[in-house]
Amino acid sequence: MFHFGGASCNNCDIEILDCLTPRYDIERFGMLLVGSIRHADVLLVNGSINRKDKPRLLEIYRQAPKPVFVVAVGACGCTGGIFAEGNTFAGPVDKIIPVDAYIPGCPPKPEAIIAGIVKLLNK
Amino acid sequence: MVKDLLYYLIFPGFIFITIVGGLFSWADRKITAWFQFRKGPPLLQPFYDFFKLLLVKETILPARGSKLTFLMAPVLGLTGATISGVLILLPAFGLKPGFSGDIIVVFYMLTIPSLTYIIGALASGNPLASVGASREIKLIISYELTFLLIIAAIIFKAGMVIGLRDIIAAQLDQGAFIGSISGVLLFVAFTFCMQAKLGLVPFDMPEAETEITHGCFIEYSGSAYSFIKLTKYMMLFILPAFMCTVLLGGFRFDGIHLLWTVLKLIGVLLLITLLRNTNPRIRIDQAMRFFFIWMNLLVIAAIILSYFNL
Repeated sequence: MFHFGGASCNNCDIEILDCLTPRYDIERFGMLLVGSIRHADVLLVNGSINRKDKPRLLEIYRQAPKPVFVVAVGACGCTGGIFAEGNTFAGPVDKIIPVDAYIPGCPPKPEAIIAGIVKLLNK
Repeated sequence: MVKDLLYYLIFPGFIFITIVGGLFSWADRKITAWFQFRKGPPLLQPFYDFFKLLLVKETILPARGSKLTFLMAPVLGLTGATISGVLILLPAFGLKPGFSGDIIVVFYMLTIPSLTYIIGALASGNPLASVGASREIKLIISYELTFLLIIAAIIFKAGMVIGLRDIIAAQLDQGAFIGSISGVLLFVAFTFCMQAKLGLVPFDMPEAETEITHGCFIEYSGSAYSFIKLTKYMMLFILPAFMCTVLLGGFRFDGIHLLWTVLKLIGVLLLITLLRNTNPRIRIDQAMRFFFIWMNLLVIAAIILSYFNL
């Protein structure tokens, strides 16, 4: 899984980090956090996307080897959250790249993140 | 001829080393998870990873950089790992006697996977990959000298014979080499060389995950990356098997010794995982100083002690 943090308040980052810790371990499903997008199967995007982030997110999506699942985490990822009215907002994630799963919440609890990823696997 | 092909490809060749290497890799991840109070991945996870990368993901070729070298490097690494594995396991299992001087061939073949990582990284045209490649080059310079000195010490202890079969026979006569003080020193030095060769913490700075985002392997995806992963699984089995053959008394399959063989292999794997989980990653200049000064002194002390039959 590759984590792309948009311009967020970082709460969703912390909750995604929680998923890697022993309490909500996701390695028991065989999932690992990788450093390079070319090794990733799931692209986790959180945060609202800035005007500066938009070309970077497009580049990251272009670099990911298909098939790749895109998961929009958090209210900001899904619809823009509290940053939607801002000046530098460049669209929620699904206006930029195709999204396969949405995990709403501000921030979503780790159980919700795991449930979202399991739903994605079952699809 | 057909029998040779069977040895090289099936047992104890490519397929056998792959399966056992995958199981060792699973054990490594599971024990790491237990160290961190979590549950680890399911049993077949390394195989799921390999087949997913091979069959499902697309391979993206780098835009700048040599495409052919980029793709050939993992294949060459896999070949080097397979040949070295077969050359170690054939005398170790007692299937074929091997030839005199094959320990030197094994030493050369074991270097090949690391060299192909460098070639592949430099062929990918990514500046982070070149940082990883330069670190791997420096690391190879450091630990290969120590590795060669260790093999020289082992040849010396076995009475100046350079065939693996003769070294195993010498251990059957004198008892395993680790029983003497010089053997213990060699064991310590070999363990550190093994950690460096496998690319595990504390010596995994060429492929640092968070620092230079997978360094050497940053541009690999799909089937090229699946070959690299397979090479890593195989090296995780081949290097402990090599250590068991030359230092811990080899494999024996009669009676209680079968249990000892399995326990030896699992013990070495546990040692590797323990070192991996309890140490920070060190810098490349610290690693070079460590290998050039301290480990070489240790092995030279072991050679001097073994001259006096200690």
